[in-house]
Amino acid sequence: MTDAMLHGHGDPYLLGGRPHEGPASKRITTGYGFWIFLLSDIVMFSCFFAAYAVLSGQTAGGPKGAELFDLRSVAAETAFLLLSSFTCGLAMIAADVRNAFWYQIGMAVTCLLGLGFLALEFREFAELVGRGAGPTRSAFLSSFFTLVGCHGAHVSAGILWLLTMMAQVFAKGFRADIMRRLLCFALFWHALDIIWVAIFSVVYLLGSGT
Amino acid sequence: MSDQHLHHPLDLAPGDEEEVRVGPRLLGYCVGFALAILLTLTSFFVAGTSLVWQPSIPVALIVLAIAQMGVHLVFFIHITTDPDNTNNILALAFGLLIVFLVVGGSLWIMAHLNENMPPMDQIMRMQR
Amino acid sequence: MLGKLTWAAIPFDQPIPLITGAAVLVIILAVIAWVVIAGHLPYLWREWITSVDHKRIGVMYTLLALVMLLRGFSDAIMMRAQQAIAFHSQGYLPPEHYNQIFSAHGTIMIFFVAMPFVIGLMNLVVPLQLGVRDVAFPTLNSVGFWLTATGALLVNVSLVVGEFARTGWLPYPPLSELSYSPGVGVDYYLWSLEISGVGTLVAGINLVTTVLKLRTKGMTYLRMPMFCWTTLASNLLIIAAFPILTATLAMLILDRYFGFHFFTNEAGGNVMMFMNLIWAWGHPEVYILVLPAFGIFSEVVPTFSGKPLFGYRSMVLATMAICIISFTVWLHHFFTMGAGPEVNAIFGIASMIIAVPTGVKIYNWLFTMYGGRVRFATPMMWSIGFMITFIIGGLTGVLVAVPPADFLLHNSLFLVAHFHNVIIGGVLFGAFAGYTYWFPKAFGFRLHEGWGKAAFWLWLTGFYVSFMPLYAVGFLGMTRRMQHYDVPEWRPWLMIAGIGALMILAAIICQVMQLVTSIRDRESLRDATGDPWDGRSLEWATASPPPVFNFAIPPDVTGEDAYWRMKADAREQVLAPAEPQYRDIEMPRNSPTGFVCAFFATVMGFALIWHIWWMVALGGIGAFATFVVFAWRDHDEYVIPAAEVARIDGINREARRASLNLAGSRS
Repeated sequence: MTDAMLHGHGDPYLLGGRPHEGPASKRITTGYGFWIFLLSDIVMFSCFFAAYAVLSGQTAGGPKGAELFDLRSVAAETAFLLLSSFTCGLAMIAADVRNAFWYQIGMAVTCLLGLGFLALEFREFAELVGRGAGPTRSAFLSSFFTLVGCHGAHVSAGILWLLTMMAQVFAKGFRADIMRRLLCFALFWHALDIIWVAIFSVVYLLGSGT
Repeated sequence: MSDQHLHHPLDLAPGDEEEVRVGPRLLGYCVGFALAILLTLTSFFVAGTSLVWQPSIPVALIVLAIAQMGVHLVFFIHITTDPDNTNNILALAFGLLIVFLVVGGSLWIMAHLNENMPPMDQIMRMQR
Repeated sequence: MLGKLTWAAIPFDQPIPLITGAAVLVIILAVIAWVVIAGHLPYLWREWITSVDHKRIGVMYTLLALVMLLRGFSDAIMMRAQQAIAFHSQGYLPPEHYNQIFSAHGTIMIFFVAMPFVIGLMNLVVPLQLGVRDVAFPTLNSVGFWLTATGALLVNVSLVVGEFARTGWLPYPPLSELSYSPGVGVDYYLWSLEISGVGTLVAGINLVTTVLKLRTKGMTYLRMPMFCWTTLASNLLIIAAFPILTATLAMLILDRYFGFHFFTNEAGGNVMMFMNLIWAWGHPEVYILVLPAFGIFSEVVPTFSGKPLFGYRSMVLATMAICIISFTVWLHHFFTMGAGPEVNAIFGIASMIIAVPTGVKIYNWLFTMYGGRVRFATPMMWSIGFMITFIIGGLTGVLVAVPPADFLLHNSLFLVAHFHNVIIGGVLFGAFAGYTYWFPKAFGFRLHEGWGKAAFWLWLTGFYVSFMPLYAVGFLGMTRRMQHYDVPEWRPWLMIAGIGALMILAAIICQVMQLVTSIRDRESLRDATGDPWDGRSLEWATASPPPVFNFAIPPDVTGEDAYWRMKADAREQVLAPAEPQYRDIEMPRNSPTGFVCAFFATVMGFALIWHIWWMVALGGIGAFATFVVFAWRDHDEYVIPAAEVARIDGINREARRASLNLAGSRS
């Protein structure tokens, strides 16, 4: 063993690079862990997308997408979700400057928009089932209801989380751990909108063209 | 100790941005929102119109969708190309790689399988 | 009121599960009674069940794996016995039981032995090797373990309440659809894996974040021990692959519970899509299992050769290459299903390419040993056994990677022999090496060497006697999962395989004896300094077992083999380094969140299987309430004062100084 190796010349290939100062802060660690979770969730959605793509032609003699999709409703849902992403961002800015009033307003508006999205989607599903185009009718409909429904389930869970975060800030203020949870919530909510972009493009817009 | 925002940090949590002033941050969200609305309207328009060469519609919709996702990532999630965002981008790239392998691979495989060995009820329908 | 659950669910008419179930129930009740009456419950609750300490959780994962190994192995012995005698006869296991046994065997061995074993070892060791106090999300770690335990519990409950799946360890439709499997067996499988899958995903997120974001000062990526690199690669695969499993099993659940048509024969369902998606998970899964084993060998071989690991950078590259390529080979599990020559060729070539980085690793381990002073302690024996055995398994793997060859060998016993060859030779031998190597770190005393060596030799020879005949009988045309057969050429091979299973049984008995005698003789096997093997990485810088905070002062790392450098410096100074400046340490509080969450998950899982809908709702509300209660707590950390840290650390420093002086006076 050479002297240099023994006495800790730790950069034998002289790569330079930034020195490693030690473990990252809690905010970075928490945010990154949640980011990775979101990526895993996106992989899960991609499986449902793959299943939809494979099965989209299998209507088993039943109705096709073009006959079923109401694009005005889809446009409204898209508008609600996009606007809610915007208001969520505003709520986060309010939280960062510790303005509880605007934070709660922003979150409440986000919640209402999210609920509006869910109401429209629920109505669409109920209508389809009523017309005999429920998920048990054909493989295409199974995959449609699962993909869009999974996204809706995530939005529902997000609303529960949103209400919890409103309650937490109300009860305990902008404590460090609550701020970390808000960071995660914001990432979640924006990611849901990103997935909705894929859904309305691939499922509704592409699907209604055929 | 653990939660301070450092100026010129070595590393940023995903979702955090370096900018701390309210004004520019609000502006960023407004610009992102406006761009997203524009892209969404374009998507809906392209899908329904006969002004566009029909076979190009799927590609156009996918490109517009990717652009919208980009707008969300940049303006809402604050992904940048700064070195302090490297870890976040690498993780995203890994995730996207897996998505393409799984979705692309599945579509390729299923197309071949369906052609050579279709599911039973398709075979029966073909025989009628 | 209780859904589909009736008294008929209990197998009063089947002696084997009935008696086994009764015996296990009696043992469990006896253990619980002893724990409560002897007053150990508060200790158990405080120190283990609600612990968020990665070392405790790692031990519990490993314990779960070892217990489930006994269950999975009993299934194996039953199968070997059946196949040894069922020549022109029905044997002693009717088909509907035999099918449940091989399904349970595979499911348990992969999900509740191999996975917990490697996750447990990674949990125990990685924070210590990185020089930090715990993983990134300690309470989440506890949740992950207890959810895995829930999955194991549900699978075992199926033995006495209801039945298990008969569809193999991967439930291919249409057999697994409701019309062909109307019982609860497949549902037990599905919910057990969905719940434990969440646990595994959580562990994956935890370990990736720990390796990427929590390393001690100075420990850049290229100074990490190799085990941490393989942990990173394996857990990246967990994050990428387990969502696919979750989605695919969810689709099957939707088919069975709500009449959806993903994989049905009617209404446009596509059975092959299940195969495609499940193997897109299934192939990365086996690399999730074997990469940590490779990492263990990369720790054991340098330590017992007295040399640094040869070719560290090529090892890192090989590991990350395996990580990525493992996502491009999954079709080789269904070459014969008609994808055609173009698709088969691409995936076949990729499957052969993935053998190359593994070969690089083998050469690096061999070159590490070459020129070193090799000590043949038990962990090293497992490593050498692995190298020989895994190479054979890998060679047969490259053989079946060739599509035309696979058309003959697919689903034959040749294939069964191949995957047991790589899983036992690779994953299990690696896990046993790691278990023996890190046992003293976890508990403060070594395992008995004699019993360990006996166990090793019996496992090694037992494995070969058990599985080499299966290669032969696979070439002779025998298919897998046969409950009976009438081809006379197969019989002698299957009888030899039966003897091999008995040898492995003897090996497992040796391992039980090893544990019992080691606990009994623990004072004579005591590891006083914390460094029983003359190790190279930071976990050996701590006491055995380490204090709850791992390191009194976070180490400052200046190169690879961080601890080896520290020791070299210490020897030069003759004394151990001067007493450091101690500070207060904040540690995460214990929490019952994991255990309570898993309790509600068990209730929900059982209720979903038996269609008891009100119980599902209650379980769901309970689980959500648990999260809210956890989120509402105000104090998530407690402080260990500097004086206490100094006292604890002082004990180990004394022990190390004593052993250094002893060594110095001997030279």
